[in-house]
Amino acid sequence: MSVLIDKNTRLVVQGITGKSGAFHTRNCMEYGTNVVAGVTPARGGEMFENKVPVFDTVHEAREQTGCNATMIFVPPEFAADAILEAADAGVELIVCITEGIPVMDMMRVKEMLQATKSRLIGPNCPGIITPGQCKIGIMPGYIHKPGHIGVVSRSGTLTYEAVWQLTSRGVGQSTCIGIGGDPIIGTTTLDAVQLFAADPDTHGIILIGEIGGSAEEEAAAWLKDHCDKPVAGFIAGATAPPGRRMGHAGAIISGGKGTASAKKDALREAGIAVAETPSTIADTLLAVMK
Amino acid sequence: MNIHEYQAKELLTKFGADNPRGSVARTPAEAEKVARELGTNSIVVKAQIHAGGRGKGSFTNGFQGGVHLCKTAGQARNIAAKMIGQTLVTHQTGPEGRVVNQVLVAESVEIEKEFYFAILMDRATGAPVIVASREGGMDIEEVAEKSPEKILREPVNPAFGLQPYQTRKLARELGFAPTQMRAACKLFASLYRCFMACDCSMVEINPLVLTKGGEVLALDAKFSFDDNALFRHPDVVALRDVAEEDPREVAASKHHLSYIGLDGNIGCMVNGAGLAMATMDIIKHHGGEPANFLDVGGGASEEQVTEAFKILLSDANVKAILVNIFGGIMKCDVIAQGILNAVKSVKLGIPLVVRLEGTNVEEGRKLLADSGLPIVTATDLDSAASEIVKLAKS
Repeated sequence: MSVLIDKNTRLVVQGITGKSGAFHTRNCMEYGTNVVAGVTPARGGEMFENKVPVFDTVHEAREQTGCNATMIFVPPEFAADAILEAADAGVELIVCITEGIPVMDMMRVKEMLQATKSRLIGPNCPGIITPGQCKIGIMPGYIHKPGHIGVVSRSGTLTYEAVWQLTSRGVGQSTCIGIGGDPIIGTTTLDAVQLFAADPDTHGIILIGEIGGSAEEEAAAWLKDHCDKPVAGFIAGATAPPGRRMGHAGAIISGGKGTASAKKDALREAGIAVAETPSTIADTLLAVMK
Repeated sequence: MNIHEYQAKELLTKFGADNPRGSVARTPAEAEKVARELGTNSIVVKAQIHAGGRGKGSFTNGFQGGVHLCKTAGQARNIAAKMIGQTLVTHQTGPEGRVVNQVLVAESVEIEKEFYFAILMDRATGAPVIVASREGGMDIEEVAEKSPEKILREPVNPAFGLQPYQTRKLARELGFAPTQMRAACKLFASLYRCFMACDCSMVEINPLVLTKGGEVLALDAKFSFDDNALFRHPDVVALRDVAEEDPREVAASKHHLSYIGLDGNIGCMVNGAGLAMATMDIIKHHGGEPANFLDVGGGASEEQVTEAFKILLSDANVKAILVNIFGGIMKCDVIAQGILNAVKSVKLGIPLVVRLEGTNVEEGRKLLADSGLPIVTATDLDSAASEIVKLAKS
């Protein structure tokens, strides 16, 4: 068991012929992901790595291959359109890796996705992985290990840090979801913890957040009333100055809201074990799982 | 990206958002001309720098205040002469101050009442929201804290935009009289059009005013633009004033590095924004002070690492540097080689702690250890942080 993806997932890659699209598609294939199709407009008919057929449209890929998940690598100017195309073609899971999509574009995408059955992960995220079965994204596969901890995070390399701590201690993961750090995203921290709470194979949860917004507070409030699995949390950005956008994360404190200390308090109040430093994320969870 | 007050004013005017008459001047003669054309004896001259606190600031030539009221065009000229080309120090500029290259000469309006009005992107709903209050001209954070009932919030449906009835509702709730409603609604609608058309993340009007003459005007405007959308707004990009920005941040953005200067003495170089913030946090946890936030991104090249070292070293406060790279896609031996080449080319003279993790980590650590350079390698984040704090203090 796992959430959202497993060995039966059939992946299409939008932007498969681009530099990073091709590089990460190869990595995913090496990991064992079943990549069934690629899409690059005006490149239909080509074969990627002599194995994967390339189509002009997602609709065609869906009809020909029955793909049920997509990984998007198209440039930011065209990414919103790519997400909407995948949703219109009926692809159930849309993982958008692209960084730098305008907020107004995501506003329209989020509104339009409500009328579809598709779930979006990202954008500006490392993707999602069910260790040993399927990797959709740019995370290094080898740091993961199959197991029973669900990990949800707004940040890429910080997730690797936490996952690596778990794996180094012999503890595996059910599924790890990088939801992305942009102001407007598809799957939220709350959505992800709800999935983990409902998954019988996930025995514990790590929630990695950062300053800005109120996603961690909402997830904590829900967990308090609906989930008795052990949960550990970490919030990055305690030392970040207010009002500044901290690089790609899109993390920003405004109006005294969304500070690290307010978020940590909300987690503690919900009975979640809070790691004081990023080096103790795994140990904090393992301590409450005993 | 921030813009000057006069540029914000020009943007407002372009979208039909009424604001006091006036224009920018780059010489005292221009200031006199603008003031004369205003045809009023109620003139304000404002130094144009990005930092706040101008009114209470002082110039290094001894002239007091970056905002002055006057009655004649000749006086406007004299005031402009004392500001243009001079350095203005305010509580936000730091002791070095900012050089004033232009002034705004505008009509000084008589204010009947002040309001707060802002449009921003609400990340919780994924849609724009209007925040407004009768308590204008004050610190809005303080109003929100002490009397939240005085803050109006009007969400906008992203599919349909701000509706006319919403502008009327806002005007009524803010207490505009029936005769003023039309002007208020027009201003709100214009501000919303501007917000959407320019891909803003925030437009803040503080204060929005009702004048004694019954006009409704945007008296001051603060714009925040979505950096991700600048590619489709060359006109907005053209408003950027690099002289107003931290030169280290400008250099960083040229090399696609994300840098923010802070006050501490430990330079940090990390891949990924979340890990970069977490690294700053753990330095602080061990009693140190980070000198910066620096995210070299997922695929940092040797050139980027070299540039990153140069930027860190340009900060005289930096006494030690911590590099924390989780080599996921990039291999650690490649990263280590990049660090070694960069260290050699910048002739690093301060302690350096490197923590590498990820693919080929053993080869990477060996390269650093065998280099003969005084680099401390750490195997985990905790020991890296405690080591760098110790070195920065010694």
